[in-house]
Amino acid sequence: MRTLYLALKYLAVTLWSGFVIFPFLWMLTTSFKTANGVTGGATWLPWLQYQPSLGGWQSLFGGAGGVNIVRPYLNSLVVTLSGSAIALILGTLAAYGLSRFSFRAGPIRNGDITFFFISQRIMPPIVLAIPFFLMLRWLGLLDSLPGLILIYVALLMPIAVWVMVDFFNTIPRGLDEMAWMDGCPPVTTFLRVILPNVMPGLVVAGMFCLIFGWNDFFFAFTLTFTKTQLLPVSIVALNSSVTPWWALSAAAIVSVAPLAVLAFVVERFLSRGGLAGAVR
Amino acid sequence: MYRQKYIFLLPGLLVLVAVILFPLIFTIRVSFSSWDVYNPGLNNAGGAMYARLWDDSRYWEALWRLSLLSLSTVLIQYVLGFALALLVWRDIAARRFLRVLFLVPMMTTPVVMSVIWRTIFHESLGPLNPILEALGIGAQPWLSQATHAFAAVMIVEIWQWTPFMFLLLLAGLLSLPSEPFLAARVDGAGPVRTFLSVTFPMMGAISVGAILIRAIEASKIMETVYVLTSGGPGTATETVSYYIYIRGMRDFQIGYAAALSLTYLVIMAVALTLIAKALIRLMVREARA
Repeated sequence: MRTLYLALKYLAVTLWSGFVIFPFLWMLTTSFKTANGVTGGATWLPWLQYQPSLGGWQSLFGGAGGVNIVRPYLNSLVVTLSGSAIALILGTLAAYGLSRFSFRAGPIRNGDITFFFISQRIMPPIVLAIPFFLMLRWLGLLDSLPGLILIYVALLMPIAVWVMVDFFNTIPRGLDEMAWMDGCPPVTTFLRVILPNVMPGLVVAGMFCLIFGWNDFFFAFTLTFTKTQLLPVSIVALNSSVTPWWALSAAAIVSVAPLAVLAFVVERFLSRGGLAGAVR
Repeated sequence: MYRQKYIFLLPGLLVLVAVILFPLIFTIRVSFSSWDVYNPGLNNAGGAMYARLWDDSRYWEALWRLSLLSLSTVLIQYVLGFALALLVWRDIAARRFLRVLFLVPMMTTPVVMSVIWRTIFHESLGPLNPILEALGIGAQPWLSQATHAFAAVMIVEIWQWTPFMFLLLLAGLLSLPSEPFLAARVDGAGPVRTFLSVTFPMMGAISVGAILIRAIEASKIMETVYVLTSGGPGTATETVSYYIYIRGMRDFQIGYAAALSLTYLVIMAVALTLIAKALIRLMVREARA
């Protein structure tokens, strides 16, 4: 009975792991193929089943059948990193304010303001796409990095607020009050006393900002044309009728690798109980 | 001293109001105009766009399809995510590695993985059909038949987002107190009994939260559809977001798309609130029993 239970358990884990890994193995092997390797049917093993080549990887820097993704890659890095950083700073400040002070304007209280921040995640992107398009055109920021950063800050900030409010709430208010009584102004108290205590929260919030920023396609797609292209847009552009699967796979690998690696680095923060509080 | 509290709140709040709330209010105005390629700009069309969407069967079909797609995938994600979280919760070899491995799909760019999935589903060159043939199931017309294409979108969504459900539920499991489990063991409860009367009831509130977050995200599905099937074959996999995208960004019927998207937003907000109420009654009460 116990052995059967264990066998089933490991079987289930193996099956799901296989399902998770399957697309990654497929794109890894495809990235070393040539046109002949692809049209020869689904093959997995280099040398034995197809003649490997580095053509797909070389095409990342331009050349036949591929697309130069260096520029889009840098654009994506700039937009994601600066958008996430600004969103994290503004979101953390707002979350601290909401967790420590009481705000009221007419019938609006703290809870309503927090809900206003978080509820932005309910908004389907398509609902915002048209007003964003018109607004950026009016500002002259269409198809530009600053325009995209502005949009990303607004989209990512609710995530930071959502995660951080709960982290701040777990820190006793006495800590702030003690610092204030010692004559430490609120901003200094926040920076010196409170912030060091919520580092795990910052890691989780930052991670989520990076994931949703780096992985966004829709806004990058609708708000830029040719001048400013982000990575997912340039990869999807390869997805034409005659797709160079090898170039596509190589580009996909360099696109998803950074966050996959980061997942293993920040693992101990991600599955901590802190997030459970945020869900409730 | 409390004057300074505005330093914390205002910058973020102002950005959000300027970038999201203000444009949204502008959209309401746009939805009462017939802004399109031929008449660009704000004119006064009254409720003409709303009257038009009332008779737009393609919109309502997309809404129905989206409900079916999102509810079924979220349910499957919940069951799978919960099972996976239980599997790597305790005593299993390499559990830290497995926990991260199971998270990896949600870290990947959905459209990029969808492009790869499209090659996997390719009927003659993709790797999936040979595997199915070897298993005796036979090759399937994945992206060219309506039901298959719908299933393909579901598979990709499940692959991509079960990890998120898994993450939230695992975090919930790890935050549970250990006393009830000790008590259950003392009382001689087996694994099934322990799950049904200890673990599951204690996970009620977290389950509701996780399901709702996923339901909100699933109600927006469009990128996967755009890359995998472009809504096809025909309109077999067209979701609401994708239909609005076609009307607004491709046909440039701005006024009509604004009316469509506001209606969509209201319907989704109402539906999700009702689902939330129902789930809380159903699952959180169990926790108290």
